[in-house]
This record gives sequence, structure tokens and C-alpha cells, in this order.
Amino acid sequence: MTAGLDPLRLTAREARRLLTDGEIAASELTKTYLDQIGRVEDKVHAFILVTAENAAKYATEIDREMGATRGALAGLPTAIKDNMVTEGVTTTCGSKILGSYQPPYTATAVRRIWGDHVVMLGKANLDEFAMGSSTENSAFGPTHNPWDLSTVPGGSSGGSAAAVAAGEALWALGSDTGGSIRQPAALCGVVGMKPTYGAVSRYGLIAFASSLDQIGPLTRTVYDCALLLRRIVGRDPCDSTSVALPGEIELPAAERLDGLRFGIPTEYVAAGIEPGVLARFEQTVALIEELGATCVEISLPHTQYALPAYYIIAPAEASANLARFDGVRYGYRSAHAADLTEMYEATRGEGFGPEVKRRIMIGAYALSSGYYEAYYGQAQKVRTLVRRDFDTAFAQVDLIVSPTSPTVAFGLGSRTADPLSMYQSDICTIPVNLAGLPAISIPCGLSDHLPVGFQIMGPAFSENRLLAAAHALEGAIGFAAVPTFRDSRDAADEAGGPSRRSVGGGEER
Amino acid sequence: MISRDDVRHVARLTRLRLGAAETDRMTAELAKILEHIDKIGELDLAAVEPTAHVLAVADVVRPDKPRPSLPRDEALRNAPAVSDDCFRVPRMQP
Repeated sequence: MTAGLDPLRLTAREARRLLTDGEIAASELTKTYLDQIGRVEDKVHAFILVTAENAAKYATEIDREMGATRGALAGLPTAIKDNMVTEGVTTTCGSKILGSYQPPYTATAVRRIWGDHVVMLGKANLDEFAMGSSTENSAFGPTHNPWDLSTVPGGSSGGSAAAVAAGEALWALGSDTGGSIRQPAALCGVVGMKPTYGAVSRYGLIAFASSLDQIGPLTRTVYDCALLLRRIVGRDPCDSTSVALPGEIELPAAERLDGLRFGIPTEYVAAGIEPGVLARFEQTVALIEELGATCVEISLPHTQYALPAYYIIAPAEASANLARFDGVRYGYRSAHAADLTEMYEATRGEGFGPEVKRRIMIGAYALSSGYYEAYYGQAQKVRTLVRRDFDTAFAQVDLIVSPTSPTVAFGLGSRTADPLSMYQSDICTIPVNLAGLPAISIPCGLSDHLPVGFQIMGPAFSENRLLAAAHALEGAIGFAAVPTFRDSRDAADEAGGPSRRSVGGGEER
Repeated sequence: MISRDDVRHVARLTRLRLGAAETDRMTAELAKILEHIDKIGELDLAAVEPTAHVLAVADVVRPDKPRPSLPRDEALRNAPAVSDDCFRVPRMQP
């Protein structure tokens, strides 16, 4: 490690200052992260591909050649979720079906930060096609949570979240369709934000559910989140659903919440939140009041229908989006086929993993003749009700808060046999995707040695309000714990006791 | 209740080859997921307008100007099989 640089604690804000003041070189900074990858990546497996050579070479170029022409984020080591295409760098989307796909173009969000001269460290692991809540659906093996290697990092942006938590990247880009940035951020103890739908171009983001997908940052602090977000937002002619924000993303400085009204939806707090998570949530709500804001109970009465509606809409869109993977133009092609139809069927049957097949099947079933109105048509109407719930609530309050995930990180393999129990992980995060709203998760403490996430949701295009509030709250929470890379299975073996899910008590903060 | 035949039918529609054991497992899993989804049947939605998309943007157009497209060799570079500057696929009938 370069003297004085601790990759588990360094923020982008501080790294940028050190670079600007000439206290460190970009090559030293990148080496710090590559060294950390060398130390912990075999335990964590946050990356599908580490582009170490290119990263080191590029950082050296920044030091030698750029000088005054350095971009706004020059030299900051970054992980990119592997569902964003990167020209000349293999992109897998966590799937076997893309083979060793070499994209001929780069996603707009990535192109923008490349233009700011970030250093890409590699492509982060994810659930195949971003479908999952644990990163266990990756065709390249699961990512392990750096806080406890026997648990999942959440998903689908589990690689991005674990890389930031483990000090294997300064920050990362992820994508969020039903919680895929916020839930892994919560489970890994980092900050994760899903912007308003349309704020960030989806061009080059391999499509899962186009009306829900949104790219966003995973970072160590709220300030860093704003720093990265402000460089990726904006209208893009290549994505007709992208829009210009009403104003620039501001770098947050707020320390107080005076005059703000926060809503606590009774339906979220009732929804099977585990006691340790609920305790941290309630402590954080008390801090909000100490900072000068008022908290009131509100109702989002259709919350219980959001999850079932999501599991019609997202798979329906996915079944159409994933039709393009047919073994003709790119990726894997089965050798076990005598004619064209057999080639399609064998390629897709062999190339997609079980969860992707399930979603394609649910989606196609919900769209098929005789069921379209009963499923897809009705789900779209539920989506209207979920939106209206938020509209009504935001007439009374400025922001809404909830736990990000009902539980802390769960054990690897503990939910894979039951898809529905896995889907429940996203019960607090899915509604804002249906409504297109922005939301952020920040760490608010530990429960059972594992991080707990606190979610703040806002009206459309309220990013600056959200970031300011999250920044003030982050300061009051003062979360300073870092992961230990322990494996509670080993600890349990040594003590001759049970694994972490049944170990009670323990110090908490 | 979704049947094994329904699952085979949808698998054909989506061009997914499922083995016998996979079809059985899929039938059981989809039944359980659909049972959860059926919860929305509790709601009276007759008077509710559907939401297909959350943004109030419509008719986004760009100038109708020709632009260069992806060069042919770039477009073919990732293909599993190429012949005569085209994507090559197995014949329609064996």
C-alpha cells in the first residue's frame, strides 16, 4: 500500500484533493487499489474482469501527459458494473450467453466519466442480466460480502457495492431496476443512489426492464455520490427517454434538516423488518428530529401490491428485451442444433441461467394471449396507484424514509432454493422504480456485525434535496466502521457453535 | 393454475429449450410466483388508467439526417459464424 492511503476509508473527495494538490500521483492512487484487489479479490470476487494493466498504464499517462487538460474526475479509480458496454473491453452482463462479447461502442454514462479521465479498474460482478438480489445468479460465481464472507453482498450490483466496501475501488457505477443499487449498498455499508427515471442515459446499459432501469453511483459518502452523479446525468440523443435535469447536481454541504418534513410509511415499517434493522432505523429517525426536521407517519396504501406488479412488469419487459440473444449476431451459439429453430432454443436453453429463464417465462406468460389483460394490463394499473400514493404523500412531506432492506446480508445459498423469498429482499426498494422516483441508501449502523441501510425517497427530480438531506444525516450518523473480511463460518467452526444467522447479540453501533 | 403444458407452450414461444426435470421445476416455481402475483386481483382497477411509462415525454424525434452506421466488419466481428459478409445461421429445415 502507498504510505498513508487507506483504500477502506479514502473518499473520492479526499483523493481528488490529494491529486489536485500534487500530494500523490494518479499512478500511486491506482496502485493502491490494484494492490488491494491483489490482497482481497480472491475472497470477495467483486470483479468479472480486472483491467489492471490498462488501469496502471492510463494512470501513468494522466500523470505524464495531461497536466492542465485533466478532466474533472482525473485519476479516480472506478469500477463499472458489467452490464454497461465498454468498447474494446469484454462485457458479459454476468451471463454465459454473451460469450466474450467485445462491444463496438461505450455506454453514455461510462463514456462521460471516461471523458473526465477516471481510471477504470475493471468490470464488476452482477446477477445475470441484473436479475437477482444476491449476485448469486452470476454465471461467473457469486461475490462475497466483505463484512462477512459467508454472506451475500446483495444484488444485482453486488460486485460494485462489494468493490467499494472492500477498498477495491474508490467508487462504482451500478444500475437499479427494483433496488439493484440501493439494496447491495445497504448490505455492504456504502452509499447507493437511484436517480429519477430519465436522469441518466440508458444508452449502452444492457436492457433488463426498460421502463424501470436506471444507472447510478455507489460510493463511500454522499458527497462522492453527488460528485459522480453530476457527471453522468443529462439528456442524451441516443436515449429518447433521457431528460435534462431542472438544475445542476449540487455538491452537498448541509449539516441541518431544519424545516424539512419527513414521512415514515407505516406499510414499510410493518413489512417484516427484522428487529436489528428496525432498531437502527428508529435511531436514525430520532437523529432526523435532532437535526431540526419533523417526522410524521404517512400511508402508501398500495405498497403490498408493488412487488406483485413489479414481478409482472419487469419480467414482461425482460422477455421482450432478451429476445435479441439468439446466437446469431454475437455471443454464445449452441453446437447442438440441426436447424435454425433448434439453434435458437438450444442456444437460449444453454446460455441463460435459471433465474433469467424464470423471468423470461413469467414475462412471456403474462404477455401471452388470454392472460395479457389479467396480468400485464392490471399491473400497469397498479403502477398508477403506486404513483398516486407517492403523489399524495409528497403533498404532505418533503421526503420519505424507510429501511432499505428488511434484513442485513443473508447467508450465501440461504435463499436460492426459493425465488419468492429472494424477491422479498426488494420490498422496500421496488415502489420507487415503479413510480420513477429518486432514492438513496446510506449506512446507518450495524446489526449483528453487518451494515444496515437507511433509504430516503424524494419526488421526481428532487436529487439535490435528497443529497443535501442524506449528507446532513450521514454527518449525524457518523458511520465509520469498515469491513473485516471475516468469515462467520470459520468463527462458528472455531467456537464449535452455529453460523452467523443464529448468533445473537454481539456489539453493535 | 399454470400447467406443465402451459410451461412447455411458453417455452416454445420464448425459444427456450427446457429439459424434462427443468420443466417440472419451472412449473412448480412459476405456480408459486403466479400465486403471489394474483394478489393484484384483490384490487378493483376498472376505473384506473394504466401507466406504461412514468415520464411525461412524448414524440421525441431527432433530425432526419443520414449518419454513418456501424461499419460492416465491426457489426460482424462478434458473430459466431459469418459467410459472404453476412451472419451465417443453420438452415431453416434440416
